[in-house]
Amino acid sequence: MAEIRVQHLRKAFGDFVAVQDSNFLVEDGEFFVMLGPSGCGKTTTLRMIAGLELPTGGQILLGGEDVTMLRARERDIAFVFQLFALYPHMNVRKNIGFPLLAQGMPSAEIRARVEETAKLLRIDHLLNKSVSGLAGGDRQRVALGRAIVRRPKCFLMDEPLGTLDTEFRDLMVHELRELHNRIHATTVYVTHDQMEAMSMADKIAVMNHGVIEQFGTPREIYDRPATMFVADFIGSPSMNFLGFGGGLAKGAKEIVVQGAKVAVPEVREDIAPADMALGIRPEHIRFDDTSKLRGAIYGTEYLGTTQIVAVETADGIIKARVPAEIRLNAGDHVGLALNSARLSLFDKGSGRAVRTAVHDTASQGRAQHG
Amino acid sequence: MSLTTAHSVVAPSANSKRIAGAIIIAYALISIVPLLWIFATSFKTPPDSIAYPPKIVFQPSIEGYCNLFTTRTRQTPEYINSLGPATGFCDETVRKRNMVIAGPSNFLPRFLNSLIIAFGSTFCAVFLGTLSAYGFSRFKVPLADDLLFFILSTRFMPPIAVAIPIYLMYRELGLSDTALGMILLYTAVNVSLAVWLLKGFIDEIPREYEEAAMIDGYTRLQAFWRTVLPQATTGIAATAIFCLIFAWNEYAFAALLTSGTAQTAPPFIPTIIGEGGQDWPAVAAGTTIFLVPILVFTILLRKQLLRGITFGAVRK
Repeated sequence: MAEIRVQHLRKAFGDFVAVQDSNFLVEDGEFFVMLGPSGCGKTTTLRMIAGLELPTGGQILLGGEDVTMLRARERDIAFVFQLFALYPHMNVRKNIGFPLLAQGMPSAEIRARVEETAKLLRIDHLLNKSVSGLAGGDRQRVALGRAIVRRPKCFLMDEPLGTLDTEFRDLMVHELRELHNRIHATTVYVTHDQMEAMSMADKIAVMNHGVIEQFGTPREIYDRPATMFVADFIGSPSMNFLGFGGGLAKGAKEIVVQGAKVAVPEVREDIAPADMALGIRPEHIRFDDTSKLRGAIYGTEYLGTTQIVAVETADGIIKARVPAEIRLNAGDHVGLALNSARLSLFDKGSGRAVRTAVHDTASQGRAQHG
Repeated sequence: MSLTTAHSVVAPSANSKRIAGAIIIAYALISIVPLLWIFATSFKTPPDSIAYPPKIVFQPSIEGYCNLFTTRTRQTPEYINSLGPATGFCDETVRKRNMVIAGPSNFLPRFLNSLIIAFGSTFCAVFLGTLSAYGFSRFKVPLADDLLFFILSTRFMPPIAVAIPIYLMYRELGLSDTALGMILLYTAVNVSLAVWLLKGFIDEIPREYEEAAMIDGYTRLQAFWRTVLPQATTGIAATAIFCLIFAWNEYAFAALLTSGTAQTAPPFIPTIIGEGGQDWPAVAAGTTIFLVPILVFTILLRKQLLRGITFGAVRK
């Protein structure tokens, strides 16, 4: 196992820049997830780490060794593809043993290793079956088996659960994380599904348009989004944005939104007057008739334990997650109270988060780019 | 459109099944009867073969096959009587016609030429076609579209249109009447078909298979050999059949460019007729034997052939 260090990684296809200047460090044994919408460059980054694409610039270090220009087979990594890429002309045993065959391992040893791996994944009863007859979850396990059998330096996974049914997907998310806890393999996992990312990752990099918008733990990314894109992309429903104007002075603790004064975490930097946005997650909004921030109920979405309430305000719809017991009718006027400790401030122009007191405890800063 | 009409598209009615069956049987008869006639003629005696009205029921004879494989000379009855007893069935049959066997005919060597040239050119076309198709399918080839169009364009005119230039070129190069020359020619004609057909098949094989193999420690060539080829066998078999059928049946170039040592069976078989009267049974015998290899090959690979014909119509 090894750490993966990516420095100033860049990839351009003609005029199109798929990845621009990515930097991150995946520590040994860490489960790292690259998250972003399709076309954001996450798969390209993964393929460059694998050696399936060569970077236009930058460096990739695997366990300290510069592998940037090495061929895929010289990197000692394993890759799990979205469509599993199980060889249809081989049975399960041969599929799992295929990487060992490349190393010229004696067949008795291959047999032993394949069986050991199959037991670990609980697919030892399927070893002599043809891969074409397997169910989605079992195909996934065989693909994982082929990856872990060689004990490579790291695992790369490209949306491996993308084609599974929701039911299987939840099961496999659990299994994958459990497997990771057992073998502690450095893993880079690519997905566009925030739930997968949040539930499995030690660290997440949120990517958009070839840029890493934020790199951090799931908690940091959720609680302290570095950009409006991250704030919007993570969370369901996503973060609400309330526009406000004017600059911010260092030390400010209050802003005015839609005529209502809102307490905010102490601002740690001076911001010149510009279009700004206050970001607040639905679960950090509560109904309070004394609040000056008001709106009319537009619709509700009952979820059992909670309900999502859409409130029409002067600045558009705001969604709040409130206890399910509250009885609400469309058209009712309500006051909205925001949990000041949990809100974020953004510069609308750049999308960047303003440094406030919530960042004081941040262990991990933003990914450096540009 | 009533609901029943729409439904009948999904499940054919008994009536339409019957009509379809009748059409297929009629077509099969039209196609198969000539073949059966050739087969039957090959077992007739020469007089039976030209009898009028034609004989459907006749005493089978292998005289046609005897004549196909031998050359014979006409002798006086006295000379034939002076010979010892006949050494075999063919000898005996031939003597009844006042002839003796002078030696083997050229049929066997011509048939072997056909086998060598047809299978040789098929192998070359499929080999080159697979590699080029893989290259076009997986790599960024400069001017790939233009190159592919050029390859296709070699089939825009009937090959025989270039017969004269090829004849002159082959004469200069010393390739006339050589197996090598014929293999090169048929390969050149077939390779465009092979590239296009195989590119379609290889495009369908996800590149993740090779990528997985390359990450797992194999070189590209090993990955190609172990993951792409096994999955392309259907396409390769279908392509091989198409190439083989062309090379096996090709008559015009063979007649023009081969006359002796490299002559193939198609131009040879008609020449049998000139040797000693109108020997239809021998011609029929030659044709029957000529049909066998392609028949066997096609039956063995019929599934792949069907897949090749319906290629693109069915998604995996």
